[in-house]
Amino acid sequence: MSASEPAPAGSPPPRGGVETTALPPAEVPSAADAANETLDAAARPGGWGAEPPGARAPRPRRGPIPERWFDLSDHSSLGSLLEETARRGGRRPALTLSDRGRAVRRLDHAGFRAEALAVARGLAARGVGPGDRVALLSANGPEWLAGAAAVFHLGGVLVPLDPKLEAQEQARLVEHAGAATLLCDGPAWRRLERLRLPSGLERVVVHDPLGPLDGIALPRAELLAGKGPPPPLAPRDRGDVASIVYSSGTTGGAPKGCLLTHGNYLSQAEVLGNLYPLREDEVYLSVLPTHHALDFMCGFLVPFLCSAQVVHLRTLRPEFLLGALRDHRVTHMAAVSALLRALERRLRERLDGLPPLADAGLRGLVRLNRALTRRRPREALSRALLRPVHDALGGRLRRIFAGGAFVPPATARYLYELGFPVAIGYGLTEACAVVSVNDLAPFRDDTVGPPVPGTEVRIAGRDAHGRGEVWVRGPQVFAGYLDDPEATAAALDDGWLRTGDLGELDATGHLRLVGRLKNVVVTAGGKNVSPESVEARFHGIGVEELCVLAAHRVWESAPGDDEALLLCVRPRPGEELPREELARRNRRLPAHQRAAGLVTLSAAFPRTTSLKLRRDLLAARVRALGRGAVEPL
Amino acid sequence: MDEAALTTRLLELSRQRFAGAPAELSPDDDLFQSLGIDSVQALELLSELERTFGVELPDYELAEVRSFAELARKLHERL
Repeated sequence: MSASEPAPAGSPPPRGGVETTALPPAEVPSAADAANETLDAAARPGGWGAEPPGARAPRPRRGPIPERWFDLSDHSSLGSLLEETARRGGRRPALTLSDRGRAVRRLDHAGFRAEALAVARGLAARGVGPGDRVALLSANGPEWLAGAAAVFHLGGVLVPLDPKLEAQEQARLVEHAGAATLLCDGPAWRRLERLRLPSGLERVVVHDPLGPLDGIALPRAELLAGKGPPPPLAPRDRGDVASIVYSSGTTGGAPKGCLLTHGNYLSQAEVLGNLYPLREDEVYLSVLPTHHALDFMCGFLVPFLCSAQVVHLRTLRPEFLLGALRDHRVTHMAAVSALLRALERRLRERLDGLPPLADAGLRGLVRLNRALTRRRPREALSRALLRPVHDALGGRLRRIFAGGAFVPPATARYLYELGFPVAIGYGLTEACAVVSVNDLAPFRDDTVGPPVPGTEVRIAGRDAHGRGEVWVRGPQVFAGYLDDPEATAAALDDGWLRTGDLGELDATGHLRLVGRLKNVVVTAGGKNVSPESVEARFHGIGVEELCVLAAHRVWESAPGDDEALLLCVRPRPGEELPREELARRNRRLPAHQRAAGLVTLSAAFPRTTSLKLRRDLLAARVRALGRGAVEPL
Repeated sequence: MDEAALTTRLLELSRQRFAGAPAELSPDDDLFQSLGIDSVQALELLSELERTFGVELPDYELAEVRSFAELARKLHERL
């Protein structure tokens, strides 16, 4: 079945009277131009591109969201796009690095460009050129983005790596990608240099080193110290690979390097910039790791496209995060489930302790806000109605993107009803970042939205309930896995990406995810059960973590011998397990979805660095405890 | 404060902070496993250590730490 008719890419936005501003083709700067890069950019007027004939007067810096329409069809590479965004952004703030509430670095768009070109010059002087693979291993920050921009300028291929992986694994990926150059931060290099270095690695550029550097490592400052004009922008085609991103996966095994092209990124940036534009004075807080496709898009390309600002935090602890929302006047952020829950907790702590009269007043205002935002978010109104609530999250937050792991619907709704619109979406590295996202008109907590414009979603192999594997086709679908034709053939079928996710499309064309195909359990009665859908029925219960496992996978017995489900829980520290509530919810499930036993675990569940549950490792942990650990539920 | 005393104090603090901690903790215990905490809760522990000892402990130090003794060593280096 095909998805709801997606609007073709480049079609006008729903509201009329919109300017259409194509970006002019990238110019390769001459040496003189390049030397004047910073001045040039600063001298240019604000706004997006040269105003076309008949365009409106310059937009106000505040007030309603300016109606802009990004058309990136003239661009064929990220290098040319970033050249243009720097020119448009000029002296507007681009990046702030904050450490424990102190801004330790600020760059405007022109300054960012100057730094990226300096990195490019240093890399070019050391022989890095078009097609060369450059690995990047660093915490989020200006150095990350400038390094990436430099690689794209040189026509290289970026290999962003996960700083939270074990150093051994990072070294393996550098080798697998065939990267001769690595850009990394001090902490990452300290762990890596103790190991056998990846073969083929010729140079390592380290920023903020923790000790003296020798051998193939050189400080970033030395790279930046070079003189002379920056190298010219290397032309690339949309079909050329821009980056190799290793998908986190949840089962281990051979590395899977997703080949993402310039065309993949440009199409996504265009679509997302038009769906969820930022104003030029708005601020995105980048807390998800930038090596991940979602933050790369929402925390780099889209804000830069919009001449907006990105804030990075050196310390990702809840207390600093909340302070950063206030200090940097954050308007947008993306969050995984754990972070959303932390925001909810923060608000509940603040609101639950109100005196009775204030509490009653607040409840009335929340009801009023709910009624007034039933059809669409009205940020200014919500903020005016519920100012103290909004002040708790900095006072300016107006959009939260949520995806990745399954988003708890009750949390998303709680935030929405207080006037913090949560746009729930769905994506995967193989689809560059985003496949579908809710448009908030109206807010829905039960779906991951309709496919983004230009993207088709179909449900393959549907069962009687209309559920099947989610297949995706669109300009963001990747080119395959690096050096792995078998895995590529398994993932791509005549242009369709087989996601391995189970889902269904509702009558309005919204996609609803049910679980992962490989986790599905076939019961003795021949019914398919998705553990994730059972877990969803326990949402909001007072436990720290909860997971449903198929018993036969735990005990490694033949399917059919142990067809029952096991409910694994980790109690909240210092709290009793809510056994009665667990049993009550379990009884309310259809018979084939009911858990037959309960296993209590004290240690945190094993997860990937992007917080996806490692069901295989959890099953092994339960197996080690033995069948005696299973209690009746 | 020497490293041994620091380790003892760290174990005390951990027991107080995390209700799920066992009564007996040893310096070589895996701090994540024995306290039943995840990486976010471990970062909260870092913040508490900073407040108690008046030092700054960057998040990345946690990446190389498994046991209480290793964490105490990192802390000691910065005192």
